[in-house]
Amino acid sequence: MTTQASAEPTSSTISARLDKVSKLFGSFAALRQVSVDFESGRCYVLVGENGAGKSTLLRILAGLLRPSFGTIKVFDGLDPHQARARIGYMSHAPMLYDELTAQENLRYFASLYPGRECLEPGEALRMVGLDPELPRIFGQYSQGMRQRTSLARVLLAQPELLLLDEPFSNMDVESVSQMVQLLAGFRRHNRTIVLTTHQREAAAPIADWVLALHAGRVASFEKGSPTQ
Amino acid sequence: MTSALWSHLVKDLRIEWRSLDAIVSMLFFSGLVVVLFSIAFDPRGAFSQQIAGGVLCVATMFASVSTLNQAWAREIRHQVLDAQRMVPSPGAELYLSKVIANFLFVTIVQVILAPFFIIFYNLQIAGQAWLLALVLPLGTWALVANGVFFAALSIRSRNRELLLSLILFPIFIPALLAMVQATTAILTGENDPTLWIKMLCGYDIIFTTASLLLFDVVFHAE
Repeated sequence: MTTQASAEPTSSTISARLDKVSKLFGSFAALRQVSVDFESGRCYVLVGENGAGKSTLLRILAGLLRPSFGTIKVFDGLDPHQARARIGYMSHAPMLYDELTAQENLRYFASLYPGRECLEPGEALRMVGLDPELPRIFGQYSQGMRQRTSLARVLLAQPELLLLDEPFSNMDVESVSQMVQLLAGFRRHNRTIVLTTHQREAAAPIADWVLALHAGRVASFEKGSPTQ
Repeated sequence: MTSALWSHLVKDLRIEWRSLDAIVSMLFFSGLVVVLFSIAFDPRGAFSQQIAGGVLCVATMFASVSTLNQAWAREIRHQVLDAQRMVPSPGAELYLSKVIANFLFVTIVQVILAPFFIIFYNLQIAGQAWLLALVLPLGTWALVANGVFFAALSIRSRNRELLLSLILFPIFIPALLAMVQATTAILTGENDPTLWIKMLCGYDIIFTTASLLLFDVVFHAE
């Protein structure tokens, strides 16, 4: 059965298009025939229980996993791997080196985007509310600070498609609110945000669409009521 | 050297400078091998010259494997490897930087170990000593270039540490043979090491080129 979930027809451009995407890990189907369009400048919130396929969907969008069946295209019909410089992916894990400071980590990753205009590492850290001059190495950061630094790494290359896996986990209410404001700013600049969360209400102020996954299928695709 | 390659290299050297994990563990292990062999064989005179090359190469090889196993450990931790896979700079640059960094670590260990090696084995070099400065780096490069590649290949395996040794040692045998024979020839002064040195050069060129060409496939595999 094909599960088709798409937004109302609009004139806006498509950042990513999944067409009947399935992903098998051995005999386990993490995603089953998922078809969905992600429009530019919108924020999509993926919800669902653990194992519903949210992270798998993000990793496929990021080009880190290839679908077992179906096709995925990003921007103007590109394979996600070809367009990876334009995609920012934040995982559960911070994806940074414990032995380096936040600034060193970010400077390092910025240097790996030749020809792309990246933010200054200090600027990216200030955007997420961190002090760029903090002399501590990343391994000594608290969970919340790690999460913010991880987001700063994603923002560094100014991606057009932001994929955020549980960005609000381990963060206090105030930090979540600041992150939501930051993401709202990105959305206003026509960047597409796809985020997974178990805290649906936290993402509500920026959620244009809420996509619920259940057992690898799209269970519902509801319009949100963003306030920011 | 491209800026991305330089960034990878500086990052690896900086992390090693702060932790000294690789150099200290290699130094300890290879030092132990050198001392134990010197006790076991009581090396003196010509016998010492005959076995010293082999002991040095084997000590380097086993010590390096412990470090090569960790070559990608920092990338696996916190899924940094996924962030690396998402950047547009070629994976081959990451591979090459890791080879250079590990080559430097092993070379530092060899340099520190050399005086102790000469003392413990009562070594007197009968051949052209300067050729050792060619043979040891060539052999080390062969070990490290393959080691980093196969460590990346076994990265997703649960038994990756065992797997690396199982894959690396058989493939390294021609280079090990050339390295040992060339070193022995230099120490004893009895044979001409040129053929073995040429073989090491050929081995390095072939395996480094093949690894560079294949690395992106390994790197971006799921």
